[in-house]
Parts: sequence; C-alpha cells; structure tokens
Amino acid sequence: MSAWILDRLWLIPAVPFAASLIVLSLPNAWRRRAAALAATGQVAALALSVVAFLPTVQTHGFRAAQNFTWFTFGDNALQLGFVLDPLAAAMLLMISLVGLCIFVFSIGYMADDKNFVRFFAYLSFFSGAMLGVVIANSLLLLFIFWELVGLASYLLIGFWIERPSASAAAKKAFITTRIGDMGFFLGMLWLYNRSGTLLFYDGGKGCLESAGLAMLGASATFIALLIFFGAVGKSGQFPLHVWLPDAMEGPTPVSALIHAATMVAAGVFLVARVYPLFSLGAINGVTSSLTVVVWIGVTTALMAALIAIAQADIKRILAYSTVSQLGLMMVSLGVGGVAAGIMHLIAHGFFKALLFLGSGSVIHGCHGEQDIRKMGGLRRFMPVTFVTYAIGMMALSGVPLFFSGGWTKEEILHAVGHWPPSHAPYYLMFAGVVLTALYMTRQIIYVFFGDPRASVDHSHESPRVMTRPLIALALGAILLSVVLTPAWPWLHEYLTGEPVHFEIGRLIQPALFVSLVLVSAGIGVGLWMYRKAGVQAGDRPAQIDPLEYAQPALFRFLANKMWIDELYYRTVIAFSWMAARLSDWLDRYFWDGLVRGFGAIGQVFAMFTTGVDERGINAGVDETTVGARGLGRLMSAAHSGQIQIYLGVVAIGMLALLLLYAWLV
Amino acid sequence: MTPTLQAFVLVSGALFSIGLLAALSRRHAIFILIGIELMLAAANLNFIAFWHFAPQPHQPTGVMFAIFSIAISAAEAAIGLAMVIAVYRHYHTTNVDQLDQLKG
Repeated sequence: MSAWILDRLWLIPAVPFAASLIVLSLPNAWRRRAAALAATGQVAALALSVVAFLPTVQTHGFRAAQNFTWFTFGDNALQLGFVLDPLAAAMLLMISLVGLCIFVFSIGYMADDKNFVRFFAYLSFFSGAMLGVVIANSLLLLFIFWELVGLASYLLIGFWIERPSASAAAKKAFITTRIGDMGFFLGMLWLYNRSGTLLFYDGGKGCLESAGLAMLGASATFIALLIFFGAVGKSGQFPLHVWLPDAMEGPTPVSALIHAATMVAAGVFLVARVYPLFSLGAINGVTSSLTVVVWIGVTTALMAALIAIAQADIKRILAYSTVSQLGLMMVSLGVGGVAAGIMHLIAHGFFKALLFLGSGSVIHGCHGEQDIRKMGGLRRFMPVTFVTYAIGMMALSGVPLFFSGGWTKEEILHAVGHWPPSHAPYYLMFAGVVLTALYMTRQIIYVFFGDPRASVDHSHESPRVMTRPLIALALGAILLSVVLTPAWPWLHEYLTGEPVHFEIGRLIQPALFVSLVLVSAGIGVGLWMYRKAGVQAGDRPAQIDPLEYAQPALFRFLANKMWIDELYYRTVIAFSWMAARLSDWLDRYFWDGLVRGFGAIGQVFAMFTTGVDERGINAGVDETTVGARGLGRLMSAAHSGQIQIYLGVVAIGMLALLLLYAWLV
Repeated sequence: MTPTLQAFVLVSGALFSIGLLAALSRRHAIFILIGIELMLAAANLNFIAFWHFAPQPHQPTGVMFAIFSIAISAAEAAIGLAMVIAVYRHYHTTNVDQLDQLKG
C-alpha cells in the first residue's frame, strides 16, 4: 500500500485537476452533479492523503522522493519530482480535510449563484494546485504549482466579475504576489546556477542536502532571501500584505480556503521546505536570512493585529488576523521553531477556515451584510454558528489547554523566547497575542451580542449543509489540541524526525502562564472596552466605535490601514505612472519621430525613383512599343489576303533569282 | 527535223508561262487550278526531255519522276477541287478576289 502511493504521488494533485476539468465542461444547469463531482475529487484526494500519511507515521524521519526527467538540454537534464515526508504528509491531510469542509460549505453558500458550476471547477483546480505545491520535490515544480495556485486565487477573488471592486482586488492580488514571485524566480535561477539542481532531495545530490548546500557558500543567504521574498508576497507579509485584505472581495468560502487556510500558508510552507537554505552556516541557530524572516514576521504580526482592531468589515478583520498569524508563523520559523510554526500553520488552517466559514454563515444570515456594526445579537438567531465561531475565536486568541491555537502559540512563544540575538520579538509577540484576543473579542461582541441592529432582519440559522462543516472544523480545532499538546509531543517528533523528550516542566513552563495571562488580559480588555458597543452610551452615539470615541486620530490611522495603500499609491504606483507617461512620451515623440524620419527618407527616395521610372524607363519602353506597332501595321499591309498577289510575288522572286543566276553565270 | 532539247525546253517554258499567267490573272478558282496543272505539265515535260537527251537513257529515272509528279498532281488536283467546293459552299463564290479573309 505504501509503496503503491509512493510511486503515484502525482495522483494526489491529479485527481482534483481532473475533477476540475470535467466540472468545467459540464453545462451550467448541472449544479448538483458539478458539486458532487468536485466533492468526490476532494474526497479521493483526502483518501490518497491518508494513504500517503500512513508510511510517514510508521518510520521516523521518513522521506521518499520520486524524481523524473522533464527534459534534457545538452548534457543537463532538468529533473522534477515529488516528495513525501512528514511536512508534506501533514500539509496534505490538512489541505484536503479543510478543503473538503469548505467544498461542502460552498454547496450551501453558493446555492443561489448563477455560476455555481464554474465556482466548483475553480475550487477543484485550486485544490489540485495546492496539493501539488506541498508534494513538489523540485523548486521549479513547486514554483509551477505555486503560480497555478496564484492563478486560482486570481480567478476566485474576481469570481463575481460583474463587481468592479472584485476585479480590481483580483488584479491587485495577482500583481502584488507576482512582485514577490519575481524574487522567488531570481532566487531559483541563482540556486540552479550554484548547485546545478533544483531537486530538494535526490539521494544526497539535491540542493537541500549536504552536497548541494556545500556548493552554495555565501550566496545561500541571498538565495534564501530572494525565495523568502516570494513567500512574503504569497503569505501577505509586510510590505506585500496589501492584497490579502482586498482579496476578501471573493466569495467567503474562497477566503476561507485560499486566503486563510491554505494558499497564504504556502509561503510559510515554502520557508519550512527550503529551511536548510536559511539555516546554512547558522551560528547558534541564527543566520542573517533568518533574522530578516523574524523581523518581517514581527512587523507584520503586530501591524496587522493593530489594523484589525479598527476594521468594520467582518471578513477584513479576519483577513488582517490571517496576516498577523502568518507573521507569527514566520517569526517561529525565523527563530528556529520550524515544528512550532508548522503546527501553528495546521492549527490555524482549521480554526481560521472555521472562522471564515462562520463569517460566511453570518453574512448569509444577514443577507450579504458584512459590516459588524450593523449586526448584533445574532447568537439567538444562529446558535450553531455562534458556538462554532466562539470555538474558533478562542482557538485563534490562544486560550490554553482545550483549543489548538493555545498550544501552538505557546510553543511559538517558547521558541521566540529562546532566540539568542534579541528578546524584543518575544515581548512584541506578547503585544500581538493581547491584540489578537482584543480584536476577536470586539468582533464577537459586535456580531453576536447586544441588540439586533440594522441588518439583523429575519436572520436565521444557515442550512445544515453549511453548519455541518462548521461543526466538523470546530471539532478539528478542539481535537487538534490533543495532538498539539506538548504533553504528548508526537506531532513535534513527527515533523522534526527527532525524538522530543517530554518534561513535565514544559507543561508548567512560564510561557503557559504568560500566554494565559496575556489571553485573559486581551479578552478582559476587549470585554470592558466593548461592553457597550453598538448601543448609546453616555454622550457617545451607537454607531461610533468606543476606540474611535476615545482616540479618533489613532482609530482613523488604523481604520485606514495605516495609510499603506495610500503610501504605495503615492510612491510605487505614482512612480509607475510617471514611468508609463515618460515611456508614452518617448514612444510618441522620440521613437515615433525617428521612425517617421526614416519613413520620410524612404519617401524622398521613392519620389526620385518614381521620376526615373516614369520619365526615363517608361518613356523608352513606350517609344519602343509605338515603333513596333507601326512596323507591324506596315508589315500587315503586305498581307492583302489576295492569293494571286502572293503567287505573283513568288513568280517575280523566282524570276529575279533566275536573272541573278544568269547574270552571275 | 529531229526535235532538239532546246525545242522541248522552249515548249515547256511557254507552257509554264501560260500556266502562270492563267494562275495569276484568272479570278475563278478552278481556272487557277487549271493554270497550276499547266505549270506541273511543263515541269513534267522538262523531266522527260532532260532524261531523253541525257547521256544514259537506259535507266527510266525521268519517266519515274514524271509518273510520281503526275500522281502527286492528281492528288493535288483532287484536294484543290475539294477545297474549291468547300469554299464555294461556305462563301457562295469562287472568286478569289473576294476570298481575302487573311488580309493583314
């Protein structure tokens, strides 16, 4: 069984791809069949993932690569391949499981959409590409799937093509991530130039194995940073995070699947995958590239958490929360806690998908309204959504013991706290945890508590096809805490391949208490600050946020996303506009003038040759033909048609010959 | 008086001239054909005469030539008459002055 799947790893992405192709060719009216087919593809992918998961559990540090030659040029063969290791297997399981829940949810959420079939084709396409990213054993193959994932993201963000904001957001996402991918591509070229292979694992010859790494030398830092730039774009890290909140223009299941659980995590996964490049030549676990990763992650985590506090759109809050959590994962990877980072990624995949689907259910119940200030009191109308959302919120905030996010966050804090160069990220992460708890409390209070406001009208619980996935994901968020707890460090061991010794001290380490205190502080402050949110309180009108009332300038700064979009508009985009104008001017006047000048020279020459042709050559030819015609007329006059004249001429000719003969002889 | 070669050549020359004159001056196509026949006869007379007065009269080369020439002229006359009839059927005339379609 295990050998069977190892030879056929390609099947895992191929099945959803095939489903996507078939669904795409179905007529628009076959909605049930399309959804069933796409979900079947996803179930098959999940089954294959489980099969692939088994051998990695049986052996510690299991790794099997299956490589093949794509094409040969000269003496070099470009090889691609698939790899199965604990990292890939864990990601496969997470993606296919979360993906399946979201597929099912979408059946309910998109039920009234006229492009239902197309939606499922895109979802399947995305799923296949994402599974491909995870099992790629070649940086090039990973890049190919990476770009396919980006394409799927573009298609799905802009799914409601009739909305201008959706297509603008799709373009923004595509172009912004493309900037990061440029770095990725350059890093890949550099890596190939240095090591001569893009395979990760190739029986000791791969670029992540000792022989390949030895060839890199000092360039490893730059290669790692360039590849990290790709991850920055994909995972919405500062300074390329601007696309992710806008990507919420897509349907909510898309936000859950792509922009929360899987695709944006691809950047984190990429860093984890090529981690040997980052950690090459590490002294005490610190390299300059990893330090960059840490600081980018810290900046992103804090900044996004701050912005999230002042957002009003339910999905945007979650989007900034995603950006923030991805920053946290990057920090974890940067300080050396790869296992902690990936564990948080997997836990985050579940609870963030849960939160997004929950927000989708809320939006569904509020007839498309996304502004949390117009909701309120929904816990009475949507009990299932409320309970599952609360579970997701507690997992995201990092409530310890029973929720998956608590353990992983604590693991990350533990890792960050032991980072030799600086303790600043550790304390900044404290702030991040408090802020996370704060904005999630704010959101829950606004949405589910208080009195029903403007948009809560005939609100009702979503159909079962939507609540069942919520329950499944909520169970996942809770049950994962069993796997993620440090008391049973099985997953940690599984991911790193090294035995982790359980110490009882780790359970009662300061980080646990610290995170407990931080989370309660965040939730407490949130409860206190927003206790009267959405109602008239003193001289504060109901529609004004308490923070806005207390600190209007700060609130405006945060609500406008720290003016980063505007900053980009003034700098990067203004610069491209100017460059475009300059090119336009150059094209219009300089190059065009040059071309026109050459054209004029050609025209003058043409006029000269026309003269020569018409007056010289043509006239001569004309004269010749006139002469020939005259001669012909003359000659034809000799042909009278009178046969006797011909005969007479013959006779005279003969006579003349005779006379000539007589005279000569 | 024994006939001499000169006499034969003279007769033949006269015959040829008469034939030529006929062929050139008559307007009727059949008369032109008759003129041509006369010129052929003059040529045949020459064949015979020059053979007869040649040094070796034993081989009948001249006669053979004359016979061939007569055979060919018979064929020629047949084709000529057929053409005249065809022309007459088409143009309803045998006047060669009016048959000038090949005029340049």
